[in-house]
Amino acid sequence: MKLRTVRLVLWAPLILFLIFVATFATGLIKPESKIIPSKMVGKPLPQFALPPGAPGITGLSSADFAQGEPRLLNVFASWCVPCAAEAPQLTQLAEAGVKIDAIAIRDRPEDVAGFLQRWGNPYQRIGSDTQSSVQIAMGSAGVPETFVVDGKGIIRHQHIGEIRPEDVPAILAAVKGAR
Amino acid sequence: MIAETGLAALWLAAALAGFQLLMAVLGLTPARGGLMAAVRPVAVVQGVLTAIAFTCLIIVFVQVDLSVKLVVANNHSAKPLLYRFAGAWGNHEGSMLMWVTILGVAGAAVALFERKLNERTLIATLAAQAFIGLGFYAFLLFASNPFERVFPVPAEGNGLNPLLQDPGLAFHPPTLYLGYVGLSVAFSFAVGALVTRDVGPAFARAMRPWVLAAWIMLTLGITAGSYWAYYELGWGGWWFWDPVENASLMPWLAATALLHSVTVLATRDGLRAWTVMLAVVAFSMSMVGTFLVRSGILTSVHAFAVDPQRGAFILGLLVLYIGGALTLFGLRVGTVKEGSQFEAVSREGALVVNNLMLSAILGVVLVGTLYPLMAEAMTGEKLSVGPPYFNSAAGPIALLLVVVMAAGPLLRWRRDDWKPLVMRLAPAALLTALALLALSIFGPPIGIFPLLGLILAAGVAVASIAPLWKRNLRRTPLHIWGMVIAHLGVAVTLVGMASETAFTKETLVAARPGETHDVGPWSVRFDRVDPVAGPNWTAIEATLTATRGTSAPKTLITQARMFYAPPTETNEASITSVLDGQLYVVLGNADDQGRWQLRLWWKPWVTLIWLGGGLIALGGLLSLIGRVLRERRSQRAEGYYI
Repeated sequence: MKLRTVRLVLWAPLILFLIFVATFATGLIKPESKIIPSKMVGKPLPQFALPPGAPGITGLSSADFAQGEPRLLNVFASWCVPCAAEAPQLTQLAEAGVKIDAIAIRDRPEDVAGFLQRWGNPYQRIGSDTQSSVQIAMGSAGVPETFVVDGKGIIRHQHIGEIRPEDVPAILAAVKGAR
Repeated sequence: MIAETGLAALWLAAALAGFQLLMAVLGLTPARGGLMAAVRPVAVVQGVLTAIAFTCLIIVFVQVDLSVKLVVANNHSAKPLLYRFAGAWGNHEGSMLMWVTILGVAGAAVALFERKLNERTLIATLAAQAFIGLGFYAFLLFASNPFERVFPVPAEGNGLNPLLQDPGLAFHPPTLYLGYVGLSVAFSFAVGALVTRDVGPAFARAMRPWVLAAWIMLTLGITAGSYWAYYELGWGGWWFWDPVENASLMPWLAATALLHSVTVLATRDGLRAWTVMLAVVAFSMSMVGTFLVRSGILTSVHAFAVDPQRGAFILGLLVLYIGGALTLFGLRVGTVKEGSQFEAVSREGALVVNNLMLSAILGVVLVGTLYPLMAEAMTGEKLSVGPPYFNSAAGPIALLLVVVMAAGPLLRWRRDDWKPLVMRLAPAALLTALALLALSIFGPPIGIFPLLGLILAAGVAVASIAPLWKRNLRRTPLHIWGMVIAHLGVAVTLVGMASETAFTKETLVAARPGETHDVGPWSVRFDRVDPVAGPNWTAIEATLTATRGTSAPKTLITQARMFYAPPTETNEASITSVLDGQLYVVLGNADDQGRWQLRLWWKPWVTLIWLGGGLIALGGLLSLIGRVLRERRSQRAEGYYI
């Protein structure tokens, strides 16, 4: 009996290795896609409560979303150049009456304040996510990304990358559809 | 013509590898023992041919032969000579050829110089080496041909990634690969010994210098890579837990464990199966690392050859070699007799603990590196594992390991007692306590990890020198010196890491020329910015003057460089080394009000990280020389092989 256990231990490395191979193989077979759509679309927002991302601004929690009206959730960072590029489009959306909140990723309050001063502030609330934990929970793989969240707090739409002028109608339509 | 010569040499080498394998396998059968005589010379010629192929690649790169596809993709006539030369391996195909060349040359070296090993085991070892070679030749010739021509011949090449245009490229990949692939010798030794069932002290003594040599190179390669990343990437960090860094760390951990267990096997005939296992694991980790880098399966700053098909090819090779070796291990190691026994409190005991801890760290790094892959394969979720995991999981084990490292060399072989050990460790413990006292009285408040690191380093430094106590220093064997210096190197590195973590000061400012900003004890004046031009780049160059107390001011020059082939920007950090640390300055972008982003770091004692790495490698070198000389002497005394 004891001998048999010893024998099994000798095969353990091989078994472990084969498990790794199986993992690698699935990783290789799957087609490479640069865009990583969130698995969270159609699901409620993850629970979170983030401190304010800049001085003089309200922080953001998941409870702020289930208030009956659709809102945009913009994931951005002051250190991200495409985020600056999408600022005019966000302002345009805010002027069209869309309520926008934001999560600042791995950022510092003073940097965020500088960013808002320079590029405008279309946001009602900004939460600071210094460890990217909410970002990961949201299924967001980079900055900027923008989510449409409906009045019940369900994620309805995900826009990956900066919002270009030609993307604005699609975002507006998604917001309308989420009512 | 040169490219064809290289390709022909490669094909010939592949054919010879097949021949070598055949002769060895046939020669090991009792009836055809005579064929064994062919194996050594064939292995040598195979090694020479790979060296010729690699030389041909270097020549086409230096000459910028634009009829070769690889040269067009990675070279440019305006590049300085050094980078045309080193650029030969700054790409997938070229670095793979370097990989195979080292494999071939290592096999040739074994064939030429290995005289201690039982001849049958040696032939089986060379068979294994040839078998590995065959697979990687096939990979090179069918999936990554470095000598492919292109027609029509373009007027100019695309240039080399500017991050690679650095003297680091000439040094880091070759040393790292020598270590990485040098471990193939240990792997082949293990396979050979499993085939002939010949695992014992003689086998361990024969394998030890090869393991040491590969380990020295790996240590140097990792140290060089860390310093390169530190100054070239401009982030001021020296280790990022990047998947590819981990891929080089894992073979190092396994090889470090192997280095110590092989000593137990050589001296006391213990840990037979475990040593063989580690020899297999070490090179397996090298191959897994190669796979991770080349397949594009993990995203990383190093992933320069993203191609799933190549990934599938290498995965097949992994299954063949690692799977094969582990199967052989499972079948054969049960028949390897268990070596001699020992008490828990003994040199062997400490080395077993060392091995377990190194393996635990290896496990932590392996899991952290592969976890995102596993999670994605099972649940489809994408996630990332960052420094917090690695630091908090591997850090405590590493610190414990350092404690064992302090005690190990002070223990006797076979059996020892706690009491004398405590007495021998007393000076080290005293210094640790003193360091703790000094830091808590005079030092600023620091985190628990850096604090433990600093005080343990003080103790380890003393404990590592302790084996020299009461010895006649002139007659102390070289390998003891090697051990002392390598262990001291660990303490030195630990001080560097801990003080960099605890005491670094950072200042980030938007500054106008003429302004002065402080970082740590330094006062840095931003003098001016000028445009400058280099051979294949232009740059904005900032000149700064740093003063500290009353000492003479130092001039700092840092650049934001724009390369035109391919168009890329890099930051050339200004690094000023003084005795107790480095001042690290990076020039960022300008804003529209004439201010420049400046990042200033004062990193006390940071240089010790790499100095320690160098000491560790030096210790290995002394030990290697000592062992080889000693074997020579004993062979001469016995009248063999003069």
